[in-house]
Amino acid sequence: MAILIKEDTKVVVQGLSGRIGQFHAQEMIEYGTKVVAGVTPGKGGSTVLNRPVFNTVREAVEATGATASLLFVPPAFAADAMMEAAEAGIETAVCVTDGIPAQDMMRVKRFLRRYPRARKMRLIGPNCAGIISPGQGFMGIMPPHIYEPGRVGIIGRSGTLGYEAASQMKALGVGISSSIGIGGDPINGSSFRDILELFENDPDTDAVMMIGEIGGPQEAEAAAYVRDHMKKPVAAYIAGLAAPKGRQMGHAGAIISAFGESAQEKVDLLSSVGITVAPNPSSMGDTVARMLGSRETA
Amino acid sequence: MDIHEYQAKDILRGFGVPVPRGHLAYSPEQAAYAARQLGGQGPWVVKAQIHSGGRGEAGGVKLCKTEAEIKDYAASLLGQQLVTKQTDANGKGVYRLYVEEASDIAQELYLGFVLDRSSERIMIVASAHGGMEIEDLAESDPDSLVRSVIDPAVGLAEYQARDVGFRLGLTGMQVMQFTTFLKACYRAYRDLDAMMVEINPLVITGAGDLIALDAKMSFDTNALYRRPQVEALRDASQEDPREAIAADNGLAYVGLDGDIGCIINGAGLAMASMDMIQLAGGQPANFLDIGGGASPERVCQAFRTVLSDRNVSVILVNIFAGINRCDWIANGVIQAYREVGIDLPVVVRLSGTNVEEGQKIIRESGLPIISADTLAEAAEKAVAAGAQKIAAE
Repeated sequence: MAILIKEDTKVVVQGLSGRIGQFHAQEMIEYGTKVVAGVTPGKGGSTVLNRPVFNTVREAVEATGATASLLFVPPAFAADAMMEAAEAGIETAVCVTDGIPAQDMMRVKRFLRRYPRARKMRLIGPNCAGIISPGQGFMGIMPPHIYEPGRVGIIGRSGTLGYEAASQMKALGVGISSSIGIGGDPINGSSFRDILELFENDPDTDAVMMIGEIGGPQEAEAAAYVRDHMKKPVAAYIAGLAAPKGRQMGHAGAIISAFGESAQEKVDLLSSVGITVAPNPSSMGDTVARMLGSRETA
Repeated sequence: MDIHEYQAKDILRGFGVPVPRGHLAYSPEQAAYAARQLGGQGPWVVKAQIHSGGRGEAGGVKLCKTEAEIKDYAASLLGQQLVTKQTDANGKGVYRLYVEEASDIAQELYLGFVLDRSSERIMIVASAHGGMEIEDLAESDPDSLVRSVIDPAVGLAEYQARDVGFRLGLTGMQVMQFTTFLKACYRAYRDLDAMMVEINPLVITGAGDLIALDAKMSFDTNALYRRPQVEALRDASQEDPREAIAADNGLAYVGLDGDIGCIINGAGLAMASMDMIQLAGGQPANFLDIGGGASPERVCQAFRTVLSDRNVSVILVNIFAGINRCDWIANGVIQAYREVGIDLPVVVRLSGTNVEEGQKIIRESGLPIISADTLAEAAEKAVAAGAQKIAAE
């Protein structure tokens, strides 16, 4: 079953007419993802990759019944595009865009609160690699062949470090139910905690690998959730043990600026609630495999 | 992006925040003239303008009683590197001074506006004990901190500002002044896409008035496209030149203290590679994210950037190609050998899109490139090669 994207999920691509949008939509279609339409304001009525392009997300949803949207929209316009998707009734939106102003994201998060829980759009990203349910479909920019179908969920901030984890797991024969990139920005649509909850409730996921990094409170929130609510085993890796305090490490959100935001503090906290923390980034796959193995023999 | 104190004060003054009168000076003569322009009998405060806190303790701020004293002090400071506990060992160059009228200080408060990542909103942090670093305050006297989160749809409400004032122990007219002060700072933060506004100390004068004695602002680089007036305040003399050049070439680079140069794609993988180097017994010389869709030219530029650090004794290239392509990266490495001239050991680990082509290009290049298959192997080989190189010298 997996989470957020399944084989029958109908996807619109906001920004399909652009070079990058088109390139990745092509890959998604080849993988079997149901890309049903594009949205580019002013290009309504045209066709890209044999898919109709609409002026608004609302029109695209009305015409195709799409429930998910992938955004390849430049930073200056991305917040607006997210709000448009939410208002059009999109259930899951994934925003790949890097470089969105923090106050724009503040506004988007405030905007999403106007909807009752059942009608509220789930936003993934921005500044993320996207989401994939191996063998079913994906929305994003990841190389899909490195993900083996299976029963472990992955949540990560970083794209390439998530690829690293997936390929280590594949080499050990450990497959993935869904892999969700929540992105490297300080304000993002969904937190580790939000996605852990989805995996906990997903009958096709047995365990979760969570890949965090320095900066921000979301790993600590996740630890509290795992301690209080999760029955499934969770493994983790936190990047940035060697990162100095007060310097931004690429991601806008990867900066140690408060207590509890360093990698070591996060590792200690996660370990204290029973999460199995991989000792180094080369043993993420190993750690998951051993966690699954010990569970079977137990 | 950081700006200088005098620039922050100019901005805040424009939004209605009371700040001491002051003038900027680039020379000892200008500094003395600035004092004369301010008028009165002095004393005046001369402050080094650098992008760092802790200036007072480091000798970058002085209360001067005469113009001669100002001139001498300015001459001793201008052109020097000022090392504070917040800078690295090289410090920051002092090229600008700010000369202010001295203030009559009865009490010092702390006031900050930050992006609170838990509530995902702008948060006020204040304390009745100003003048020390907020980190120290949070440790020594956490109960003194007053926090208040602002709803972006409403903005800073009057009652909320009053409440912060009362919790700081202010009374009567001061609370009214404080409310105005707070709202002005908030508008500056919101309207200019700031990430931080810090008034430390916020002074209550002998006459009972509020004034921003020091001011620090930093801005969201993602929003600079719509804040040209903020971008114009950038001072390249306060930036690491390597980081500035790298940024202009689309590379995220942070210089560190070790000797293993890193060229990685993706921020998370870059951090993880640094961790792996440390676990293997080495020290990374830098963080470098080469970004997605890296052309051979950008790979070359990454080599140039990493090699501009003279401490580097070995280079580790670790690429997990998603949007990137291993064959392009491999060609970039070979091009760098030709164009940049590399006489250091290079360890290359390629994975992901077009990995076979990439590895073939490296293998058939005839260059002394050390290949690795996994992240761990790459880090271990880099540490070993670096140790060998240093031993050979």
